[in-house]
Amino acid sequence: MSIIAPIRVDLQLIADMVEPGGRALDVGCGDGALLAHLVTLKRVDARGMELSQAGVNACVANGLAVIQGDADTDLGDYPDDAFDYVILSQTLQATREPREVLRQMLRVGKRAIVSFPNFAHWHVRLRLVFGGRMPETPSLPYKWYDTPNIHLCSIDDFRALCREMGVRVERAIVLNRYSRPIHMPPLLANLFGEQAVFMLRRD
Amino acid sequence: MLEDLTEAERKALAQCRHAVLGRERPLRLDCGVELGPYRVAYQTYGELNADKSNAILICHALTGDQFAAEQHPVTGREGWWETMVGPGKVLDPARYHIICANVLGGCMGTTGPLARDPGTSKPWNLRFPVVTIGDMVRAQAALLDHLGIADLFCVLGGSMGGMQVMEWAASYPQRVFSAVPIACASRHSAQNIAFHEVGRQAIMADPEWKGGDYRLHDTAPARGLAVARMTAHITYLSEQALQRKFGRNLQNRDALGFGFDADFQVESYLRHQGSTFVDRFDANSYLYITRAMDYFDLARAHGGVLANAFKRSPTRFCLMSFTSDWLFPTRESREIVHALNAAAANVSFVEIESDKGHDAFLLDEPEMFRTLSGFLRGAANARGLAGGHA
Repeated sequence: MSIIAPIRVDLQLIADMVEPGGRALDVGCGDGALLAHLVTLKRVDARGMELSQAGVNACVANGLAVIQGDADTDLGDYPDDAFDYVILSQTLQATREPREVLRQMLRVGKRAIVSFPNFAHWHVRLRLVFGGRMPETPSLPYKWYDTPNIHLCSIDDFRALCREMGVRVERAIVLNRYSRPIHMPPLLANLFGEQAVFMLRRD
Repeated sequence: MLEDLTEAERKALAQCRHAVLGRERPLRLDCGVELGPYRVAYQTYGELNADKSNAILICHALTGDQFAAEQHPVTGREGWWETMVGPGKVLDPARYHIICANVLGGCMGTTGPLARDPGTSKPWNLRFPVVTIGDMVRAQAALLDHLGIADLFCVLGGSMGGMQVMEWAASYPQRVFSAVPIACASRHSAQNIAFHEVGRQAIMADPEWKGGDYRLHDTAPARGLAVARMTAHITYLSEQALQRKFGRNLQNRDALGFGFDADFQVESYLRHQGSTFVDRFDANSYLYITRAMDYFDLARAHGGVLANAFKRSPTRFCLMSFTSDWLFPTRESREIVHALNAAAANVSFVEIESDKGHDAFLLDEPEMFRTLSGFLRGAANARGLAGGHA
């Protein structure tokens, strides 16, 4: 049995949301850490899509079912309800059309699990308001000119989009800067949450 | 059925196994002809395990044969896929029962135009029915029935071998646990048909071809077949590979010869490729097998929608293409991936950086080996096959 290394906290939270034995698609699966976890520990029929060819090759060489593909363009290939879960971790803010990506995720999957950095975190607000510079934080570690994050949002923005799209939020977990779940009213969660993990389904 | 063999067939059959099939139930070919009995020459490496779950079928390309991993009985050269198959290699006979069969229409012992028509007891030559990739695969399936192997752990192959792999997955989904089509397409492109046509015309333009009846006249269209091979060989390489290997280097001379000898190394190389090929390959076989590739169009056989070929497929797929392959470019593999996604099939796809062109799949490509061994390890785990964990 291969030894499964501990995975990033947000990935662990996502993994915990996935029921064993189902089918999952991880969009932007990177090095395949979450996929390997789902396949090995949850017996999930898990597939991956990844933009970087190097990432794809590494995943496949590790025995994971991964193809090269782009969240913005390639989700359209899959039939309706092909998966129990479609997962997008820390990638939504880097897509060209986040709303369309979400719509496709909820067409292809019965549920969508999305994690993203919260642009309304107090650290971000301080950097911008008092520093007068584009925020660089542990969850947003890029310069303004080389960031892949072109559609950043706050937790409240994301909730608003879900309402607008008629998408039901089944679960929402907000993590503080130490990657610990926090339990606060929405206003405060939007201030103290550094990132969030949402589980969504069509209403 | 062993009468009238060519020297090459005799040597081949002496070094491999064969089965005579279709005595009771002839093979119904796509062209409508019923073929039987017919012979399939095949080779195996490694033992079949007790529950018969470790069988791997290798499908060979246009000019390949069943001798994937051993000294070739006709040419004396090493097997065409020794980079992949052998002790310690990705396909290790210590772990798998590996089968490789000469395709229908071939010339290394399996029935093809060289054989005798049981109806007229004359050599088939050009009267042999035109066979398709589907026919080749049905003959392989009949061989597996004969061997008592219900399903395959993996079917893999490159180029025309990849076409057979897809045909296997489409026609016998329950018999294919995993499928690895490498450097191939779901249909032969216009450009590829065009190159094949040049090759066929070269053969048929050779006066020694004699309408395909050259053996009756004790001749052989060697020059035509050599030209066909030379043309095809260019398509297997890449511009970069040719430039890197030969450039404009001169062959055994210091200055241009001002004539039509092989001044350039690349000419000498191609002539060598052509002349060695005719020693091991039959011209009529070349016509038939290239035709089978031209006719391949998997979507067409499934209502024009490629995804229909893979509907509810339980098979795990792994596709590979090479960046410098212009005969079967990555785009064509990607089309297959799109179709597999549309069928919600389990698919992996890797494009491998290489400047070696289409032939890369036969060569030492560490990334291909890494990809395939990882994929097979995952598949073995899923099948509960011993040796899957690593």
